[in-house]
Amino acid sequence: MSKELFDAMRQSIIDGDPELAAELAQKAVELGIDPIEVLNQGFVPGVSYVGEQFGLGEMFLPELVVAGEAMKAAVAVLEPEFTRRGTERQILGRVVIGTIEGDIHEIGKSLVATMLSASGFQVYDMGVDVPIMTFIEKAREVKADIIGISALLTTTMVRQKDVIEALEDNGMRGQVKVMVGGAPVTQSWAKEIGADGYSEDAVGAVVIAKTMMGAA
Amino acid sequence: MAGTIKAVENPKLSLNMFSPEDIQRLHAATLEVIEQTGIRFPSKRAQEIWASCGAQVDAKTGIVKAPAHLIESALKKAPPAYSLAARNQAQDLPLDGKHVWVGTDGCGVEIIDLYNGERRRSKLQDVEEIARVADASEQVAFHWVALSAQDKPAHTRGLHELGAVWRNSTKHVQTESIYSVAEAKAAVEMATAVAGSKEALRKRPVLSLMQCTAPPLGHDGGSLDAALIGAEAGLPVGFMTMAACLTTGPATLAGNLVVGNAEVIAGTALIQLAFPGAPVFYAAAQTASDLRSGAYTGGGPEDFLFGAANGILADFYNIPISMGSFATGAKEPNWQAGLENSLSTFMASIVVSDMLLGVGFLHGSRIWSFEQMLMDCEIYEIVRRTLAGIEVNDETLALETIKSVGPGGNFLSQKHTRAHMREIFVPNYLDRRPYNMWETKKDGPRDWAREKARKLVETHQPDPLDPAIVREFERIIAAEES
Repeated sequence: MSKELFDAMRQSIIDGDPELAAELAQKAVELGIDPIEVLNQGFVPGVSYVGEQFGLGEMFLPELVVAGEAMKAAVAVLEPEFTRRGTERQILGRVVIGTIEGDIHEIGKSLVATMLSASGFQVYDMGVDVPIMTFIEKAREVKADIIGISALLTTTMVRQKDVIEALEDNGMRGQVKVMVGGAPVTQSWAKEIGADGYSEDAVGAVVIAKTMMGAA
Repeated sequence: MAGTIKAVENPKLSLNMFSPEDIQRLHAATLEVIEQTGIRFPSKRAQEIWASCGAQVDAKTGIVKAPAHLIESALKKAPPAYSLAARNQAQDLPLDGKHVWVGTDGCGVEIIDLYNGERRRSKLQDVEEIARVADASEQVAFHWVALSAQDKPAHTRGLHELGAVWRNSTKHVQTESIYSVAEAKAAVEMATAVAGSKEALRKRPVLSLMQCTAPPLGHDGGSLDAALIGAEAGLPVGFMTMAACLTTGPATLAGNLVVGNAEVIAGTALIQLAFPGAPVFYAAAQTASDLRSGAYTGGGPEDFLFGAANGILADFYNIPISMGSFATGAKEPNWQAGLENSLSTFMASIVVSDMLLGVGFLHGSRIWSFEQMLMDCEIYEIVRRTLAGIEVNDETLALETIKSVGPGGNFLSQKHTRAHMREIFVPNYLDRRPYNMWETKKDGPRDWAREKARKLVETHQPDPLDPAIVREFERIIAAEES
């Protein structure tokens, strides 16, 4: 019974079907299966398969994204069950992410958020045009391990530095790693402003985040 | 001495890409999207204009839904042809549907240093040097701001860049890096100083403004306000969509055209509703995102098809177009750069895109290379000559000469040959030397382009800008910085 259910879960991720993934997660909850088992034997193998196939060039970014969305839907159903049982879902880390104040460019940031969340991070997506202090306050509230800051304009990119300075001013720099991204952002810029990580694309961003958490 | 400018002019070759029904369907689908789904206009001023004309405006989301007749009647007010003015009047560029003018690309953030070959962050001096080399080029007809002057404050950077181009070139400037009310007003002041007066600027706009849309189906508030300020002063303005298959647009090419077209024509209609008859242009750099990384590709068959398709749409709306080509993703001047830039430029030129952007970039318009710039100019020259086609008349049939040479002779010493030989293309950056000559140094086009660029940076003296205008620039920028 569980074997069939787990196979269906794995397939729902591979097919990128959030409704089905949520439905299967609900079924597992009703059957009283341990949510840790549900994740590790049902859904995570799906994510791993998609990741492998992507690495082989057999699956592509849109498939990665829908797999991420299906995973998110499953986790949302399982979350209350973890709480009820007094256990916790294993996460790689907590990430606060957003596009910096004055900048409304969303897609790259959202893509990174989806990929991180699919890879086992708890992601708090603050959206676009996010004030510097909102990053700081949210990071403090959720005890974030990583802040991700996106910017598409050279004129807003400069504010990535302000977030890092605000972390320092608030005595939080030691606890929070900072990742930066966006079209005008380069490795040298990341280095100059003292960011801990930079990636040009979403898949690379996951690798960086995992490395930061010692999980790569 | 301001040089002449070579343009693609009335190409003899043509492209048959869409049927009239195809165009009608793209247009109808676009109007349906604007009317039913709407376009986001996050600008109070823009929303007020839309509302006063009877469009449905959602103040909370900024989404505007405009009926088809409103868009169509507004677009009809746009002038089909006008000229971009230059500091030197002989370099004015008629946007008349008969010419293709090429510009420098923009706005990147890094440059391959001309002397040590290292990649580094861009600064104001780079903007100046690129303008100077472009001023000297026979192919480059106008400027975009090529690189971001990252050594200047963010809120006046666009003005420093604009001043740098005008100080180093007599050609028209189209800025793509002014996107706030304050900077737009100051840019208009600077343009007024160059033109002589507000009236003179309106008659001969030495500056035009290009604003990026925010796909899918949106605009940026600052960009909209800046465009309205520009249009009010009589500057040609255009909205550029970069909607890309998979990410900011549908995977299918036709669907992606609909998304991009909806952004562009809704923005253009807004300008016409605010200032009927204002000079406007269509602008596009559509592509497909990379299936693996999601990145903007700037090359490949989809890119080339969009290069022609957007031009055909602009023709349908009877307004000029500023078209993205030369957008290679190559990391250095190489096979990929040559391939992508040749085909994108060919496709955009054969449909007579009025303005073509632009020469000089690597890595998807991020890294400037002077070598690539000059080699792109050569690509453009080859495309220009290809599109001129083959002229058939008594003189070109050369019957008398053929008869006089007869079987087995050669044509080298013929008068007809000498009369026409200079019509044959002589490359600057193609290696046609004997193998052993190449073998001695193993150098090539990239090396020659670098040498040429160094020479131009070091020696080319553009016609200087009146010192009084330079002082006026300084005053305007200082006022913004204080």
